[in-house]
Amino acid sequence: MKGKPTFSRPSEVILLAHGSGGRLSRDLIGELFLEAFDNPALAKLDDAAVLEVGGGRIAFTTDSYVVTPIFFPGGDIGKLAAAGTVNDLVTTGAVPLYLSAGFIIEEGFPLSDLKKIVHSLAETARLAGVSVVTGDTKVVNHGSLDKIFINTAGVGVIPEGLNISGANARPGDVIILSGTIGDHGIAVLSKREGLKFKTTVESDCAPLNGLAAAMLAVSTEIRCLRDPTRGGLASVVNEIAAQSRVGIFIDEKSLPVKEEVRGASELLGLDPLYLANEGKLVAIVAPEAAEAILGALTSHPLGREAAIIGEVRAEPAGRCVLISPLRSTRVIDLPVGELLPRIC
Amino acid sequence: MCVAVPARVKEVLGTQAEVEIGGVARRVSIQFTPEAKIDDYLLIHAGFSIHRIDDDEAKEMLKLLANMEGDGL
Amino acid sequence: MKYLDEFRRPEQIAALLQEIRRITRRPLRFMEVCGTHTMAIARWGLKRLLPEEIELVSGPGCPVCVTANPDIDRAIALADIPEAIIATFGDLMRVPGSLSSLNGQRARGRDIRVVYSPLDALSLAEEFPKNKVIFIAVGFETTAPTLAATIKEAYVRGLANFFALSLHKTVPPALATLLDLGEIKLDGFILPGHVSAVIGSKPYEFIPKDHGLGCVITGFEPADILQAILLLVSQANALAPRVEIQYRRGVNPAGNRIAREIMAEVFAPAPGLWRGLGMIPESGLELRDRWASFDGGRTFPVELPQAKESPGCRCGEVLRGLISPRECPLYGRLCTPEEPHGPCMVSTEGSCAAAWKEEI
Repeated sequence: MKGKPTFSRPSEVILLAHGSGGRLSRDLIGELFLEAFDNPALAKLDDAAVLEVGGGRIAFTTDSYVVTPIFFPGGDIGKLAAAGTVNDLVTTGAVPLYLSAGFIIEEGFPLSDLKKIVHSLAETARLAGVSVVTGDTKVVNHGSLDKIFINTAGVGVIPEGLNISGANARPGDVIILSGTIGDHGIAVLSKREGLKFKTTVESDCAPLNGLAAAMLAVSTEIRCLRDPTRGGLASVVNEIAAQSRVGIFIDEKSLPVKEEVRGASELLGLDPLYLANEGKLVAIVAPEAAEAILGALTSHPLGREAAIIGEVRAEPAGRCVLISPLRSTRVIDLPVGELLPRIC
Repeated sequence: MCVAVPARVKEVLGTQAEVEIGGVARRVSIQFTPEAKIDDYLLIHAGFSIHRIDDDEAKEMLKLLANMEGDGL
Repeated sequence: MKYLDEFRRPEQIAALLQEIRRITRRPLRFMEVCGTHTMAIARWGLKRLLPEEIELVSGPGCPVCVTANPDIDRAIALADIPEAIIATFGDLMRVPGSLSSLNGQRARGRDIRVVYSPLDALSLAEEFPKNKVIFIAVGFETTAPTLAATIKEAYVRGLANFFALSLHKTVPPALATLLDLGEIKLDGFILPGHVSAVIGSKPYEFIPKDHGLGCVITGFEPADILQAILLLVSQANALAPRVEIQYRRGVNPAGNRIAREIMAEVFAPAPGLWRGLGMIPESGLELRDRWASFDGGRTFPVELPQAKESPGCRCGEVLRGLISPRECPLYGRLCTPEEPHGPCMVSTEGSCAAAWKEEI
């Protein structure tokens, strides 16, 4: 069957899946936000808006952090709030400069936990070389939200000569991943109530501006840069395939996946392609620049396990294909909602 | 219909065991496979061991497949 | 990972495929009756690798898919009971009933939680003594013993706030019904390895004997599935149908006696309602009277909406292997994994969801 016409029935209430980076998120953004806010900077749908200001270009982004549990192996909601927004700026090639931090806190939340979170956010910002220059605090009634939510916005400057966007991938381009996938997803899942398994996997949560700078130092032939967070690698490659109208082929054999992440995925019937990451970059680069960029990544502490994982082709435009180790193929579809462990 | 994965027994604790797959550990019930002992591999489904894996049979199959590969080359 | 990676090697797969090609003489159609097989076939892209004479069709093997709407409706209605905490496997969350799904009801504020094991639901009952924890149990003979053992454990721990709605079903009666209907021409069955780890090989003996079809109890790695197909082709060639065990490392011919005994102690066979196959005698498992106080269905009578299927949904025929997912008029148009109309698209192991993965 060709083309596969699809359309969504409107759901009368918001489901968790509307926020999980899958098709419902995409529909909500397209049908509500894009239409209401209608402007060319937003319409590009990149992780950060690129804006012309005073003769130069800046990147501007915002993100809200609602992770449960708020403390998890390898990080916490504060670290995530700094790193996540820095990483969204990085995906435009920007040098991140400033962050805002808004805290929405449930009445009764322990001050000691808040201190830990704020210090962790501050430390991560320092590490990334950005300053938190404005903020806000709101406290809501007990039960109005789950413990604490954080919103951060970020601004960065885009160096001249860069043109990085999810819409820039071309047939022949090479896809590079900066390290193992699924670490954050499994680290958080392992602490979820009702699942209870033990693992040494830690979240990969980290600001990636240093890693991006290392890549850009060796080549500016980077077409697209993304951090595969919620919805995982599957979500990011689908976004790029749609934005650039190209086919994306991923070689399963070349995907770096930690043994523990594979183990947990087998146990819970999950696919690492759909697990969240908070410290990885996917770069789509010109083929002639691939080796140099891979070299720059593997010599950086956050990119040691970087690998070439696939290539861009003209067809099937807008779709992603996984080449299995047995050299057969299957579709990498958009994630369809929150990840649920499978038993049956 | 039924996801069940082979996991290694790290520790037997009465009718329960701590099992491990790829470095991920979980407490499971071994009441259906009371013969389970350390370093056995069990098929784990929904928090229960449903079968102790027969290593001789696994080796047998791999041998058969290896022969098939040999013949084909 | 041991016992997984050794059975996924490309060289091995190539050799098996070559052997299958060598001995296949005519078109053969095999049915797998296990959603995990359906998933594995899609995950490894096995259909594309097999010679075109070999056709694989999916039968009623996904417990979520065969659960009929009135049963989903009952689970949804139980979530409305004051102080109820519904616990269930992730598989069931998105399956649509007549009016909503458990996922949709959670969005409307019902307390519905995903667990990995029925024992985790038991822990919830201990943790929230003022609530009524109702575990919605789906699954075949692999899963049923885990609930049986959990109910016995609830009794031992004296937990009066743990309940189960047993929607469990048993595989052999469904295969018998499917074969008696005589609607589909088959050349053999790829039988479920993990169900068989519990029930053994004997309950399938009627298939070669009464219906003349080959049967291979099969594991879940690509080499397992291809080896099973090789055995089925050999049986078909020799006109010597029988029940063979390919998955010998995972299945004893006699099954797991302890698991079966616990299952029989807690459950009695009862009529089971299957989507696509209708009511099948002795294919359901209900709690015996002795355990009635744990029976969520009996303890909490609920009013059910008029059961209605999604208009145009042909999951029933897909589950009987009569039409392929692509032959359903909704498939890919109104029914996609994101906006599924029928359970075969909802469940990641449903045949429609698996077919979708193969659409390139």
